[in-house]
This record gives sequence, structure tokens and C-alpha cells, in this order.
Amino acid sequence: MNIVVCVKQIPDPAEPGALDPNTKTLKRDGKLILDESDSYGVEMALQLADAAGGGEVTLVSMAPNSETSGLRTALAMGAAKSVLVSDPALSGTDALGTAKILAAAIKRVEGADLILTATESSDGYTGTVPEQIAELLGLPSITFAKSIAIDGGTVKVQRQTEAGYDECEAPLPAVVSVTAGVVEPRYPSFKGIMAAKSKPVDEVDCAALGIDPGSVGWAGGGQEIVTVEAAPAREAGEVVEDDGTGFEKIVAFLDNLKVI
Amino acid sequence: MSTHPDQARKFGEGDPHDFLDIDVLLSEEERLLRDTVRQFVGDKILPDVADWFEAGTFPKEMAREMGALGLLGMHLEGYGCAGTSAVAYGLACLELEAGDSGARSFVSVQGSLAMFPIWKFGSEEQKQEWLPRMAAGEVIGCFGLTEPDSGSDPSSMRTTAKREPGGDWILNGSKMWITNGSIADVAVVWARTDEGIRGFIVPTDTPGFSAPVIHKKLSLRASITSELVLDDVRLPESLRLPEVTSMRGPLSCLNEARFGILWGAVGAGRACYEAALEYSKERVQFGTPIASFQLTQRKLVEMMVRVNKGTLLALHLGRMKDEGRLSSAQVSFGKMDNVREALWIAREARSVLGANGITLEYPVIRHMNNLESVYTYEGTNEVHTLVLGQAITGLNAFR
Ligand SMILES: Cc1cc2nc3c(=O)[nH]c(=O)nc-3n(C[C@H](O)[C@H](O)[C@H](O)COP(=O)(O)OP(=O)(O)OC[C@H]3O[C@@H](n4cnc5c(N)ncnc54)[C@H](O)[C@@H]3O)c2cc1C
Repeated sequence: MNIVVCVKQIPDPAEPGALDPNTKTLKRDGKLILDESDSYGVEMALQLADAAGGGEVTLVSMAPNSETSGLRTALAMGAAKSVLVSDPALSGTDALGTAKILAAAIKRVEGADLILTATESSDGYTGTVPEQIAELLGLPSITFAKSIAIDGGTVKVQRQTEAGYDECEAPLPAVVSVTAGVVEPRYPSFKGIMAAKSKPVDEVDCAALGIDPGSVGWAGGGQEIVTVEAAPAREAGEVVEDDGTGFEKIVAFLDNLKVI
Repeated sequence: MSTHPDQARKFGEGDPHDFLDIDVLLSEEERLLRDTVRQFVGDKILPDVADWFEAGTFPKEMAREMGALGLLGMHLEGYGCAGTSAVAYGLACLELEAGDSGARSFVSVQGSLAMFPIWKFGSEEQKQEWLPRMAAGEVIGCFGLTEPDSGSDPSSMRTTAKREPGGDWILNGSKMWITNGSIADVAVVWARTDEGIRGFIVPTDTPGFSAPVIHKKLSLRASITSELVLDDVRLPESLRLPEVTSMRGPLSCLNEARFGILWGAVGAGRACYEAALEYSKERVQFGTPIASFQLTQRKLVEMMVRVNKGTLLALHLGRMKDEGRLSSAQVSFGKMDNVREALWIAREARSVLGANGITLEYPVIRHMNNLESVYTYEGTNEVHTLVLGQAITGLNAFR
């Protein structure tokens, strides 16, 4: 069972982020870390490889400045190797461009039975890359997995919905996006951390992937960020007097928010 | 020069959490390990430690979780141990003690006081038998040196081991202030024999062994401290550590553990400084945050400077240890100074928090009380001062 997990390395959300006023995108020149929402896919992949009694987990990532620190975290958790795409031409790449790059990088991994992604990144939130990768690779796609099982040549997925979950199946290989929080990602063990530094990182650029730099980055972008506005100040809340039916109003309020 | 074009920070700016940019002195691997322990502490220790402290307990189950991470005996090679550098061990101790000195004590005792003597002085069979299970946290160890009448002067110990004609050893005596004693599966016990001090591996289910808990402690409450009673405990020769022949045996273990403590204390100090910094920016009196008062700023700055100096000292000693050139007197320097500075920081931070500073809702008084133990164990502040005094004068002031 060979599994590819797409992981993003993002600016540490614990530190105040900043937008570049020229490009109107997030500044990503500082230290990057493994996007927490990808750690669930890594954990899921490690569990599936374990359950299958063998096989490798390979990471695929696109990041500026040959960044590997997030990859090292996932390698320390137990992934075997990784492909890193880093190229100055990739600055400004939009979601579709990212999917093109990741799909090309995934093709470098031989014998991938399953490709896992998060449902969306924690810094970009487009939430479109997984399906685009599947389309570009001509593979079936299942989204929002809360649990994944392999049965022969089939992947069986419990797909989270607002009301509960759907049971979906697809023939392998397939692309499955994993909902955040559905498994508890393991801590990288110290042995894993020390082993991680000698695990292979196959770093490639656009040329090595056979991708025309003009079709990605700012040049290939199909979208333009016109303006960036500060979030509006929070509006005053609604005060409800409890006349004995307060609880009903709270329930209705929460129901309306779809949190219960 | 201050005109360097890359200079990132302007006048009036600085990182309150790493003012001297000490992070750049760590490798990527060291940072990942440090961050992993920090997260573990945030997930598994900080949410509950105030309750453990109040109840006077340390959950035994934590041993396996720490083992899975690789914390137990992490700086030892082989036998299921992670085999990290000394600096990595130090960073782990710092992060653990930023949670609680009790958690760090557990790891120090298991790795440096119980596993280390078996690893260093044990036979191959003893290592195979004990170390992998201790590294995994399946077997908990303790270290029995101190006695009711023998503290700073351990060579005055009274616990005896007598060899019987049949070859078995019979141990009698009592040990005091033994961390993990009542939850331990195995105790490394030091005893006097006709030939000098010897070390024994004592399974705690051996008849004649008991470990009553010491109650009424007001420090290190999230850590178990016990007495060990040895009443005609019979042990085969195969449970004696073959390579120890003098007090140097137990003292070398303490040297290992002190190295972890000189890092750990900085963690406790950092936690207190950060709590005071955060609190002082939020708490408003006389219409302004208390952090804006000069008297408070003096406190915060003194704390920040001490945390940074202590970290640099620990890192320097750690690099020396990894290069194999750290002396035990240099470890005394670190233990003496970093612990007293941490205690100073804790007391100062306590005052910044006002009345809130005396509750377990904030970490400060917990650290402050814990550090009183850390000040005393593993060589008191006074004893390390005398070690340093002797080192620079050549004159022994111990007696
Ligand atoms: C919470 C806790 C956990 C512990 N865990 C362990 C453990 O796991 N295993 C273990 O073996 N021990 C353990 N200890 C014991 C610890 O190591 C001793 O408490 C320590 O060595 C000091 O001994 P003492 O308490 O008997 O003090 P004493 O030696 O009686 O000292 C009392 C005071 O006299 C001073 N003093 C002593 N001699 C001199 C001198 N020559 N010159 C100047 N001043 C001197 C000391 O510095 C101190 O201020 C623990 C202690 C505590 C508090």
C-alpha cells in the first residue's frame, strides 16, 4: 500500500501573519511549518500503511526557498520520503496552478495506490486543490473523509456531511481529502526526528516536472487579487431577556449557525 | 555594526520570547524536538497539572506516553533508547519543566538516575532485561541514595548490604525523599558493603521492600516522593551492578541528572516570566496596564535577562557535554546559578500577579514552590557553591 500525502508548509499561525502590500498575498518568506490540517492525512496514511502490513508513505509539497522544516515534521512522524517542488517561478501560483504542480509531482512517485490531501489549507482556504488534482490525474475523488478503509482494490470512505456521513467507494488509485480532526496525529518520536534528517527529499523545479514556468506563478494565474480589506469590526450582539424560554432561543440560535 | 542593512528590529522592538535570538543556535532537528516536547507539554501536562498538584499525584500512565515519545533515557545509546545529543536532552528538560518540575523530575529520575546506572555500570544481561522496558515506560524506576541521616553527605549512609556464604546479598536500612519510590517497579539502591559502596537493582516486589509515600509536602506535589524501607531484602548477586566500586557510581548519576536540571530550571523560570509578562499587559490599575509602571518593567526586564542568560549558559554547557569536555564543577556552576535565578524569577513574577499569583489558576506559585525542592535536591545550592569554591581556591570547605 503506497500512499502519497500532499502537505503544505505554511507560516506559523501562532505568529502574526502579514500581507505583502504589492502582491496582496500572505508573506511566506519566514519560517514555515507543517500545516496542522495536513497532519491528519499523514496520520491516516501511516495507519493505513500499517494496517496493510507494508508500503510507504510519500509526501508531496510545493514551497518557496527549498523549505523542508514542515516536511521534516511529517518525515519524523513516519513518512518514508518526499518530493519537494520549489522554484522562484512558482511565486503567486493560484489553486489550479498548484494542482498542476502537485499532480506532476505525484506522477514522479511510482506505484501510488492512494493520494490523500487535507480538505483545505489553513492559510489559503481555497478548498479546491484536491478535486483539481484528481481531475488532472484522471482519478476518482472523494472529499471530506472521516474514516478510510482499503478493501482489495477499493477505497471505502465515510464522507462527513452536515447530518452524518455518506458511505462512498472508489477504485484505487483515488484522491481522498481528509477532514481535520478525525484522527489524533501522533507526535514525532525522538527516534523519528533523528531518522528524518537522513530521509530523502527529492527537490525538483518546474523544468524537472516538464511544466512551462509561464503556465504557473503570477504569469499563469487565472485570478487576480484586486483589493484586500481589513475584516469589519465585530457588530454588537443580540441581547435576549430570559422569560423562561431563553433556552429555546439559544437552541434556535445555535441551530441557525448549524453548530448543533 | 548597527548599520547592517539586514537589521530586522528597530529601536524599541524585540522578541519578548527569544530576545537574544538563541533559536538560531539550534539545529533544525533540535528545534523540531524542542517543539514536539513543547506541544506534548501543552497537550498532556498543562491542562491537568494544577489538579495533580492540588491532589498531590502524578499519573503513572504518563510513563508510557513519555516512553512512546522517546523521553525516557533519551540521551542513552541502544536498548530501545533514542540516543539523542545532550543538548536535545536539555531542551526536552527545559520544555518539560516549563510545564512542571514534577514532570521533569520523573524524566530525570527515570533516565538519568535509574536507567543511567544500569546502562553505565550494569552487566549486558541487566541492560537487556531492564532498559528497553524502562525506555518504553513499562517499568518505572527510582534512585535511592539519600537517607534520613544522610543528605548532603551521602558517604555517611547507613544502609548495608551483607553477602551471605551462599552468595546472596541481604540489604537493610532506609532511604528518604525518593522520587517515584511508591510507583516504581524497580529501585536502584546504594548500600555500604565491606568492600565499599555498591549499587543494587531491587525489584520493588522483593519481600522486605516497602515504599511508604511522604505526605504533607508543599513542593513538587505533582510528583511522588517516598521513603524506601529495606528489611532483610534478599538479592542474588546477579542484581548487583558489577561495575560500581565506590561513591563515584552514584555521583556520576547525579551529575547526569543535574545537567538536565540546569536546563529544566530555565524552563520553570521562563514559564513564570511569560505568565507575568502576559498578566501585566492585561491587568489595569490606576487606569493603565501595570506593565506600564517603571517598577513592573524593572521586574519584567530582570526576569527576561535572567531567562536568556540561563538559556545561553545551559546551551554552552550542553555543547561542551556533547564534545565530551564538560567537568562536574562546570555542571555545578549551571545547577547552582540557573536554579537560584529561576527561583528569583518565580518570586518576582509572583509579586507581579498580585493576589492571583498565589493561586493554582496561574502557574507561578506552583513553579515557585517546586523550585524550592529543585534548589535542594541533586546537591543543594550551598554544596554546589562549595564545589565551585574548592575548584577555584583548591581548598576544601566541606568540613
Ligand atoms: C522533592 C525531593 C525529591 C528528592 N528525590 C530524591 C531521590 O529521588 N533520590 C535521592 O536519593 N534523594 C532525593 N532527594 C533528596 C535530596 O537529594 C536531599 O534532600 C539533598 O541531598 C539534601 O539533603 P538533606 O535534605 O538531608 O539536607 P542536609 O544535607 O541536611 O542540608 C541541610 C542544609 O545544610 C546545608 N549544608 C549541608 N552540608 C553543608 C556544608 N558542608 N556546608 C554548608 N552547608 C551545608 C545544606 O546546603 C542545607 O542548606 C529529594 C529531595 C526532595 C526535596
